[in-house]
Amino acid sequence: MPSYDAIIIGGGTNGLAAAGRLAKAGRKVLVFESAAVAGGGATTKEFAKGYKVSAVAHLLNLLDPRVEQGLGLHLSFAATNISTTALSPKGDHLVLQGNYGETIAGSLSEADRTSWEDLRQKLLRFAAVLRPFKAMTTPRLGKGVGNEIIKLAGLGLKIRGLGRDDLREFMRLMLINVADVLDDELKDDRLKGVVAFDTVLGAHLGPRSPNSLLLLLNRLAGETLSLPAGGMGSVAAAMAKAVQALGVDIRVNAKVKSVNIVGDKATGVTLQNGDVIDAKTVISAINPKTTFLDLVGPRHLDTGIVRRAGNILMRGNAVKLHLALKGTPDFKGADLKTRLVIAPSVRAVEDAFNPVKYGEFSENPVMEIVIPSAFEEGLAPKGHHVLSAIVQYAPVVMDTKARAAFLKRIMATLETYAPGIGKLVVKSEMLTAEDLEKQYGFVGGNWHHGELAAEQMLFLRPFIGAAQYETAIPGLRLAGAGSHPGGGISGAAGWNAAERILKSEGRR
Amino acid sequence: MNYDAIIIGAGHNGLVTACYLAKAGLKVVVVEKNDWIGGAAVSRSLYPGFTYSNCSYVSSLLRPEIMRDLELPKYGLQILPYEGGAVLQQDGGYLAMYRDHDANRREFARHSKRDAEAYDRYSRDILRHCRFIRPLLMRTPPDPTSFRPRDLNELMYIGKKFFGMTETERYEMVRFWAMSISDYLDEYFEHPVIKAYLAVSAIIGTALGPMSPGSAYVLLHHYMGDVDGNIGAWGFARGGMGSITQAMSKSLAASGGEIRAGKSVDRVLVKNGRAIGVVLDGGDEIHGKLVVSNMDVKRTFLKTVEEKELPPAFVKQVRNFKIRGSSGKVNIALDGVPNFKALPKDSPCYRGDLHFTDSIERMEKAYDDWKAGRWSRDPFQDTMIPTLIDPTMTPPGKHFMSCFVQYAPPKINGGEWTDKDRDEFGKTVINQIASYAPGFKDLILHMEVRTPRELEREVGLTEGNIFQGELTFDQLLFNRPVPGASQYRSPIKDLWMCGSSTHPGGGVMGAPGRNAAAEILRDLKKPLPMSDAYAVL
Repeated sequence: MPSYDAIIIGGGTNGLAAAGRLAKAGRKVLVFESAAVAGGGATTKEFAKGYKVSAVAHLLNLLDPRVEQGLGLHLSFAATNISTTALSPKGDHLVLQGNYGETIAGSLSEADRTSWEDLRQKLLRFAAVLRPFKAMTTPRLGKGVGNEIIKLAGLGLKIRGLGRDDLREFMRLMLINVADVLDDELKDDRLKGVVAFDTVLGAHLGPRSPNSLLLLLNRLAGETLSLPAGGMGSVAAAMAKAVQALGVDIRVNAKVKSVNIVGDKATGVTLQNGDVIDAKTVISAINPKTTFLDLVGPRHLDTGIVRRAGNILMRGNAVKLHLALKGTPDFKGADLKTRLVIAPSVRAVEDAFNPVKYGEFSENPVMEIVIPSAFEEGLAPKGHHVLSAIVQYAPVVMDTKARAAFLKRIMATLETYAPGIGKLVVKSEMLTAEDLEKQYGFVGGNWHHGELAAEQMLFLRPFIGAAQYETAIPGLRLAGAGSHPGGGISGAAGWNAAERILKSEGRR
Repeated sequence: MNYDAIIIGAGHNGLVTACYLAKAGLKVVVVEKNDWIGGAAVSRSLYPGFTYSNCSYVSSLLRPEIMRDLELPKYGLQILPYEGGAVLQQDGGYLAMYRDHDANRREFARHSKRDAEAYDRYSRDILRHCRFIRPLLMRTPPDPTSFRPRDLNELMYIGKKFFGMTETERYEMVRFWAMSISDYLDEYFEHPVIKAYLAVSAIIGTALGPMSPGSAYVLLHHYMGDVDGNIGAWGFARGGMGSITQAMSKSLAASGGEIRAGKSVDRVLVKNGRAIGVVLDGGDEIHGKLVVSNMDVKRTFLKTVEEKELPPAFVKQVRNFKIRGSSGKVNIALDGVPNFKALPKDSPCYRGDLHFTDSIERMEKAYDDWKAGRWSRDPFQDTMIPTLIDPTMTPPGKHFMSCFVQYAPPKINGGEWTDKDRDEFGKTVINQIASYAPGFKDLILHMEVRTPRELEREVGLTEGNIFQGELTFDQLLFNRPVPGASQYRSPIKDLWMCGSSTHPGGGVMGAPGRNAAAEILRDLKKPLPMSDAYAVL
């Protein structure tokens, strides 16, 4: 008789969220984390002596309120409701303040201010309609598949409630590309550039790619930007502490080698060190490809499932850059206590995207920069700073030569926006897709564990036949970012999965 | 002189609408700005003794119901299916395509055993997607925001079809619609040239690349046709594409319709919110009970109707309608058959479509040029020598070659095309062909280079878009041309649309024309003089 109700593979934010939710319902849960600390993509590290930085995700905007309240996380923030500065090489910056540009500081034509407000309102309206999807199991297009009918009906009413004109516009924009919408409504390149960048951040898409606007709506369905004190590691620590308080066992440095299948049913896991642990339910909160192809293995799966799992698109084209600076960089007067975005125009973002389609990196990369040490003490020596940037686009595979060349291009770009920054660099670290895969298990370096794209959303996520956090193998469940509604420091997937499991057990 | 219906533009859709209305007993006149009729389905003699299909160049999508209802074969239309095709590879090799599935599979196997295996699965899956879409071509798209019984019925119809598939098939369908053809093909095939060949139909006529999401749907758009019931087959119209519209005009005359060529419409006459006729250049007026525009939606409402007659919201929608052209055309009179060194002598491939782009990457790079506002330096070509099958178009021994070329942007770096640009564009195309066919240039007797500029000037296709509007989801079905006006009606009473700007979009298909006629006749409470959709086959 297994001593645990559930084993959770992977102590990332989703694994912890699922563990917490199950423990709250009285389930006995054991979490296996291959790293030395739980947290996965939410982690703080000292990449240079005296310089600390959030190693992967560096801003919080999707943390699921159910997780925060449900686990009673008392997070302390270095800053909340962070503004965004659209950097201009001439120093003529635009600052988007409040909830995604409620107000905009900087030289912007009246016409653009008005049309931006209309566009923004419209996008927020549509995002609000989609938000509830994140907090529920994705529906399936079938009968008797346990769809959450009441929630869906509510959603249907909400969509209808948009009114005829809005509904029509909603359906037109659903799969449109963001570039056309921006060009239709706005003139200012800086404003269009930053919105285009936010849309394709973390995606294998350019602003001119159809379906891209959907990603912007997904982003706007989140919360406002905030910066946890002490970096993302503190979020993970808070979550770990909370779930342990609820009785969850977390075993770190414990890598799962395989999911044990007996008589086509998942009975437990075998660790790298050979230990075998049984449980009623095995829940994988790690990458779905890894789960099916490595931990379970093709011999236990239909060819159809093997093919579908293998076909999940996971192109991570962003690199993470960390700079230790022996002084304060000057982005031509930009307020360092904001999110700094280098994306001068839609065209610039699209041009940056082109090379990666052919496995090459952008000559003129676009990026999102955060300088956490400007918000709080203790992350860098006095008077020094740490710079954290997510830079696009780079191919998944890069040899040392390409890495060096790309870093050079990034520094050159930074230099044009913050002259002299190069001389301040004490140490730099660049994490490419391969590094992220090695260190955090993001296959292909994609932090959503499967591209967040129209063809991999809702019932298509992670792949056909594995939606609703269930798999073809009884006793094996999914709870990772690879499942609906995707990644980001959110915990939504894990929480939804746990609720689903509790519901189905209740049914039996 | 008063008509029941005035149709603006004698393109194939305008003529189809005219024919059906005339058959229903309406007094119909078609007004055409050019001295010749046919719009983009024309045969023109631009060099002594030679006939060019100088816009559209192959036929497959033309609905058989329309051929039958309008008795087009009786009026001289004959479609000659073509035999094959080939992709010529840079390394001197080639991939041949035939009309026979098994022959294709064997040819695939020559390049990749694995891909030959996948080909059956691929064809089966694609055909299933086609079967779902095809019946929607000949129906008026429902307005999902409406509660009118007809809209609800249509929605039910689509829903029934959708849920008639297995649950997995439903997902496959939704996923397919959202995907890029490149990603989709990667799930089946490994060999670049095979993927390049299969990706072609997904980019023809669009402002998308093979790596753009949504391109997979465009593939269906080109697979939905047939020749004599062979779904997906393509053919030449004997005597050039003009014989399609010529046959239509004869059919129209037979049912008492009238065509006035060389008369360009200056504007639509609107009186208290109703269209009552048109004003021609020079001031002559033609009056009619209703006006039907075969012109694209931008030309119709931004150039031919006074803005004050339209709701501002609608005008904005039309302004934002995406109609960027992406292709050009090079038409060549040849002194003989070019010798493509890769192909075996007298290979049936000569009698089909020839491509010189042997990888999806090259196609996508050609598209990157378009995005940057220049024509492709290494363009994609769909090139044909119809006269190898249809000798009626040229003197004996001579040939006509039609090269459809992507990508060519509507503007060059934001500026107008110049004659110099056009000639450079032509050179690029010729050089590409010559690199595969030594001595090709010596065979050229005459050539006509058409960029989006020429297409707009001559045919009136805004920005040179051959589909009268891009085929992305935001402009398909109930979104086409714009949400709220997807049922061939316009905000102005008695002003209708029947062009490719409307559902189901471009290609020499005739479906928009027929659907528009059906809607008009329903409003007039007249019986429909048309056989049921898909009664044929």
